Amino acid sequence: MSYGSSASACRALLVRDFSLVWRRRGDALNPVLFAVMVVMLFPFALGPEAAVLARISAGTVLVALLLAGLLSLDALFRSDLEDGSLEQLVLSPHPLPLLLACKILVHWLTTALPLIVAAPVLGELLYLPRDVLPVMMAALALSTPLLSLIGAVCVALTVGMRRSGMLLALLVLPLYVPVLIFAAGACNAAQQGLPVLAPLLWLGAALALALVLAPLACAAALRISLS
Amino acid sequence: MNSPTPDEAPPLLQARGLTYLRNDEPIFGPLSFRLYAGDVVLMEGDNGSGKTTLLKVLSGLLEPSAGTVLLNGEPLTLARLSHQVSLLGHLLGIKGDLSPLQNLRFAIGLGGLRPGITPHQALKSVGLEGYEDVPVRQLSAGQKKRVALARLLLVPAALWLLDEPYANLDRDGIALVNRLLELHALRGGAALITSHGAYAYTSGTPRRIDLRDTAVEQAA
Amino acid sequence: MNPLLLWFHKLGSPPYFYRLAGRLLPWLWGLALIGLVAGLYGGLVLAPADYQQSDAFRIIYVHVPSAWMSMFIYAFMAANGFVALVWRIKLSETLAMAAAPIGAAFTAICLATGSIWGKPMWGTWWTWDARLTSELVLLFLYLGVIGLYHAIEDRRQASRAAAFLALIGIVNLPIVHFSVKWWNTLHQGSTVKLFGPSLIDGRMLWPLLVMALATKLLFAASLLSRARVDLLELEAGKEWARQVALAGERT
Repeated sequence: MSYGSSASACRALLVRDFSLVWRRRGDALNPVLFAVMVVMLFPFALGPEAAVLARISAGTVLVALLLAGLLSLDALFRSDLEDGSLEQLVLSPHPLPLLLACKILVHWLTTALPLIVAAPVLGELLYLPRDVLPVMMAALALSTPLLSLIGAVCVALTVGMRRSGMLLALLVLPLYVPVLIFAAGACNAAQQGLPVLAPLLWLGAALALALVLAPLACAAALRISLS
Repeated sequence: MNSPTPDEAPPLLQARGLTYLRNDEPIFGPLSFRLYAGDVVLMEGDNGSGKTTLLKVLSGLLEPSAGTVLLNGEPLTLARLSHQVSLLGHLLGIKGDLSPLQNLRFAIGLGGLRPGITPHQALKSVGLEGYEDVPVRQLSAGQKKRVALARLLLVPAALWLLDEPYANLDRDGIALVNRLLELHALRGGAALITSHGAYAYTSGTPRRIDLRDTAVEQAA
Repeated sequence: MNPLLLWFHKLGSPPYFYRLAGRLLPWLWGLALIGLVAGLYGGLVLAPADYQQSDAFRIIYVHVPSAWMSMFIYAFMAANGFVALVWRIKLSETLAMAAAPIGAAFTAICLATGSIWGKPMWGTWWTWDARLTSELVLLFLYLGVIGLYHAIEDRRQASRAAAFLALIGIVNLPIVHFSVKWWNTLHQGSTVKLFGPSLIDGRMLWPLLVMALATKLLFAASLLSRARVDLLELEAGKEWARQVALAGERT
């Protein structure tokens, strides 16, 4: 009998989750739309003055992306819980952290990546200085996977709840603070002509750590929630 | 029903003093029983008697408050789940946005493939020929259940834990479930099914476990 | 088993803990009250005014002990959460969850007094300095733990999930503090050191230390009172809880 390896289980999960997203590809643009709306509100609130907007541009884009990510986080396990797929996933003898890492990967690729692609346009709306753009993109590339990984742990804790939106934000926010500080810190340093490597390296180190630890924590949290 | 004597081979599934508490209220147990290859056991109990919870404990999804689950003589825990067990719960674990074929391919990736059968054949034998590529969302409740039954056929698990397998099925469907159970038992598998008694397993006289009789070493 | 382990084992049993806590509580409340009165009298009346901040500095007798307690209680909660998750000890679950609102209250007091102090000192109610910001994040962590605990139906599952969150929080806390410090440093450095010469006058110091002790006692008293009630509720079906309830009805 062939039981299949963990690699083929991961492949099957990736294929399934991508097909699911593809079936509802219209929804995939929602976070981007949300981020555009958030960014659009700032000039209305602060006035169209280029210097003011340029000063806050990188930070605003980061916050808009963070909020858009937070909004899409809730969907990570929701449908799997509702149709019982999550049970099947947890019951499979393959390492659960590995399977969850695959799910988080698909989630990041389908929600955060479009946001990153849209980020230069959002920056342009706020007169983001050209030389800050590469630093902001680097900060986003490092921080968004970190946000997805940390967020996944919190989603796993709230997975069985009917209305978890506000609570999820409350759980996630304190954990997001350091990520935001370093990502925005790199952008601000770039804007002032200071070296940007240190905060980016901190983000990279945190990402490496989270890649290993977050799936484990996510699996543990999920098992608590499903018990 | 002709089980080998216990000292020859360990039972496929053995529950020893299994108890589950929720908020310190006992849901069931202590419960002790054995399932050998070829057994189909019907578990009876009223609504809320803990049938679903028992299946979750036996599958390893929930940790028992006391007692152990042994699979082929080895303890089953969350850290050591097995390909040998397949659970079909109230929630079928089928994605409405995907076709039956896609759903089955995912199940095979996760649980492995029994030799000598393909997803197409499995769908045919549960009477879903021609529905291979229709999104499951468009199928009826009974047809969805059949997709889940096809999954049982494909995945090489020896122990089936079926929660209300007859629910949502028409007369043909019920006959189908019974046929699948017979086949599974003949092949050396075992199944534990719950039912509130509306439709029972008809071939032979299945062993029964009553959740209300606790602390009895049943059918050992 | 050695006697200490045996005692721990016994302590873990809810009826034993309930009785023991009941005996300790009057003493703890009494000592906490005495300590608070003495510490506040010492701090607000006896201690000389600061040559720079005059009487405004006296708020440290509330602010600093609350800040210490906010962190101490979080550590206590996380430690109990760890024990609850690893060894499944019901008492630890109860203690961790009973500690959370007390810790949140101390954190809120610390933030409020810090903000009131900030008005005469810095001229604003709020500054985004490292310690205040970390303290604010700490308050959110507490609120998250409390919120999660109350959002889950099953009490024991709820405490396990919240304990898990508390553990994540304790990993997060130093990271937040470090990052916020890196982000902005404005606050004055520590003035009380356990080792080495203290930078503050002895007459100002003793009320602070008394307050630190008194808040610990207040925490212990409040924790045990809450834990007793929680245990009684959690074990409502058990014989000992029924007896306690019946005894309460008779008196």
